[in-house]
Amino acid sequence: MPQQLDEVLAQIPFFDGMAEDEIALIAGCGRNVHFDEGATIFRQGDAADDFYVIRHGTVAVGNFVPPRGELVIETLEAGDLLGWSWLFPPYRTHFDARALSPVRATQFDGKCLRDKCAADPALGFDLMSRFAQVLIERLQWTRLRLFDLYGNGHSV
Amino acid sequence: MATATPSELHPVGAFVPLPFRVAERRQDTGDTWTLTLEPEESGFAVEPGQFAMVHVFGVGEVPISVSGPPERPGDPIVLTVRAVGAVSGAICASELGALLGLRGPCGNSWPIAEATAGDVVVVAGGIGLAPLRPVVLHTLAQRDSYGAVSVLYGARTPADLLYTDQLEEWRSTIAVDVTVDAAEPPWKGKVGVVPKLVATAEFRPEAVTAFVCGPEVMMHFTVQALRERGVPDERIMLSLERDMRCGIGLCGHCQLGPTLVCRDGPVYSQADVGALLGVREL
Repeated sequence: MPQQLDEVLAQIPFFDGMAEDEIALIAGCGRNVHFDEGATIFRQGDAADDFYVIRHGTVAVGNFVPPRGELVIETLEAGDLLGWSWLFPPYRTHFDARALSPVRATQFDGKCLRDKCAADPALGFDLMSRFAQVLIERLQWTRLRLFDLYGNGHSV
Repeated sequence: MATATPSELHPVGAFVPLPFRVAERRQDTGDTWTLTLEPEESGFAVEPGQFAMVHVFGVGEVPISVSGPPERPGDPIVLTVRAVGAVSGAICASELGALLGLRGPCGNSWPIAEATAGDVVVVAGGIGLAPLRPVVLHTLAQRDSYGAVSVLYGARTPADLLYTDQLEEWRSTIAVDVTVDAAEPPWKGKVGVVPKLVATAEFRPEAVTAFVCGPEVMMHFTVQALRERGVPDERIMLSLERDMRCGIGLCGHCQLGPTLVCRDGPVYSQADVGALLGVREL
């Protein structure tokens, strides 16, 4: 028997410890989606109506940079979140996202979630706290790369 | 009380460079070469994780981790060297048949035997894969003695990845997860930092030994990721790099608080050196 969406979400680390009724509320804004290998999930400048929780596969986040081509900033895996431009105006994506392999994900309607968060501040705080943790982790990983750790730091 | 003489404290080869000839050389990346050196007379055995002081006559001497350790004296020794300065550049430029001097073996070794029956996770950044290669080769040779074995490897770009042919071979037997800090087409692999790979690596935190080598900041974040998975500090093994000159614990250049890295290390547990690594003055 196929799992209900809230049961699927309860197994994803991002939702660890979240109350069942909150997961059920969030699940009401979500649906399962599939992308073939190479498929574009969104492009820079698109309306950021959604975000995704990747459940299987790999997604490349990047941009097309002439004349170098498509540069990948980061790859995201199962358990990772994709997309946070839905959180704040102007609700436009800043990067491209493309499936590097067949991808299964849960897609969430950002406006639906924003409305529920506005109506239920406790849910909103919980969800924003979780997103903040993801954002901080991504920022830390990005800062780590700015060190260019594997560059030529020795001289002997 | 009898006092040990220096020659009793240190094996032959610790003070005087032994002659080795370059028998094979292969360019791994734009600035990194792997050399196979054969001893002219006697050589020395090396445990995984130990290093050798490599002498280029007329140029100087540097510590180099052994990426292919000889099991017996007389066996060839394999070194992977990144050309970053005068000496390492001269080592990499050594032609077939060139004579180099080696002192060693220096330092301690990875505690591979203690990891037997448990899981193994190898986390390497950049040239840090070189001293960890013997660990991987050992687990492959003794595959039945270990549980899940994972290699997590990060490099600057795809062109900077070491041992690419061997990584593919290893994949058929153990888990190999590779990421790079930056990539351009046609790279289709992962892009991101290597500590991030720890979260999804297959191992039992209560039964794993982690072997980590890379830039110190990379190791710091890797330790955090391993701790988040529940791996105790006693089973997080780090290989440190310091300013090693003598290689035998006499000159003190590589002192890290109460320890001399060339003599007591380079391999330590996070439990042993974690607090020291946080002290800026050391």
